[in-house]
Amino acid sequence: MMIRHHPNEATLLTYASGGLSTALSTIVATHLGLCPSCRARTENAEKIGGALLSDVEQVAMSASALDLVLARIDNAIPVQPEKTVRHCGHHGLPAPLGDLLPENIDSLRWWPVGPGIRQARLGEGEEAVRLLRISPGRAVPHHSHGGHEMTMIVSGSYTDEIGRFMPGDVADLDPEVSHQPVSDAATDCICVIATDAPLNFTGWVPRLMQSLVRI
Amino acid sequence: MAKSSDIGMVQSAALSISELNDLLARVAGSQSRVAFRELFSHFAPRIKGFMIKSGANEELAEEIVQETMVTVWTKAGQFNPAKAGASTWIFTIARNKRIDIMRRINRPAPDPEDPMFQPDPPISGEDFTQANEDQVRVRAALKHLPPEQAEIIRLSFFDSMTHSEIAAQLALPLGTVKSRLRLSFRKIRSALGDER
Repeated sequence: MMIRHHPNEATLLTYASGGLSTALSTIVATHLGLCPSCRARTENAEKIGGALLSDVEQVAMSASALDLVLARIDNAIPVQPEKTVRHCGHHGLPAPLGDLLPENIDSLRWWPVGPGIRQARLGEGEEAVRLLRISPGRAVPHHSHGGHEMTMIVSGSYTDEIGRFMPGDVADLDPEVSHQPVSDAATDCICVIATDAPLNFTGWVPRLMQSLVRI
Repeated sequence: MAKSSDIGMVQSAALSISELNDLLARVAGSQSRVAFRELFSHFAPRIKGFMIKSGANEELAEEIVQETMVTVWTKAGQFNPAKAGASTWIFTIARNKRIDIMRRINRPAPDPEDPMFQPDPPISGEDFTQANEDQVRVRAALKHLPPEQAEIIRLSFFDSMTHSEIAAQLALPLGTVKSRLRLSFRKIRSALGDER
């Protein structure tokens, strides 16, 4: 898997700080499994946390705290490196997305949101992400992104104003960027979309339909 | 409640980055409780201070410290001093514990055991002193950030704010938040020699 499009540096920094939503973190973590250079950059961002922790104003622990922890470690078993054989994730993607995606993508409940475009939901609550499936040759209408939104390509590919996005690539667009992805492979382009707000399907579908009407 | 800042200053002076790394190595290698106690007295008041600065109350802050220190004990063998200093490693554990407790959900992370995981290229010409120097460089670079960039780093690391939350808090467009985060990160990265 040759990665050409990476998460924004601001996104990696926020993944390191702990401020990224669970859904966005799922996409970043999957990308980091594939991309040693973004992983190294994220490790550099974590050093900011290390420096802040070193220099933060200290607050004394309660008197019993150390004994409580010592009692707990008496019963704790050091974690040994796992020897279990790890199964392969689905669709060529590592964990966590490779584990979340069903082996058979058709088993998801897909519903149409426009000509040649279907969507499905994966996961629950804060973890929930959206899947978009674009038939070959079809375009998602021109749109920009209200909040922080990221897309990872699972299969197929699309081309937009920024370039060609293939499996494993991440689109982490600035909010002011408007784009029109066109599914340009022989098979459906399937991508996972995450946001930093709870998934609001009733909000998103009308937004897309609105764009469709405009065309 | 008494603050231990004064004691803390003495402790910080007494324990250098390499001494902290050695303590962790002793916990990993021989399950040394003596070393663990020293780590606890260095890090527990810092983690608690960090969490209180992040808005946690006493009880939650202490819970996060306890969870973090138990994990330091059980996972000390996974600490790699060639990658980062002890405080960075312990920061990542505390950050994850906070997320696990607050969101009741494990923070998504890559799994190095995954067959699809692309391993790191071999480390060339770097040694443990590199990680120690890195911490000194990051600290210096943080001190030299302009106020608006220091503020955004603080909101991100202490308050765990999303980009949208920072935008709302500072009444700034989302794009400005992203570019400020990017600019401040670039300064830190350039101090670390990561200029790509």
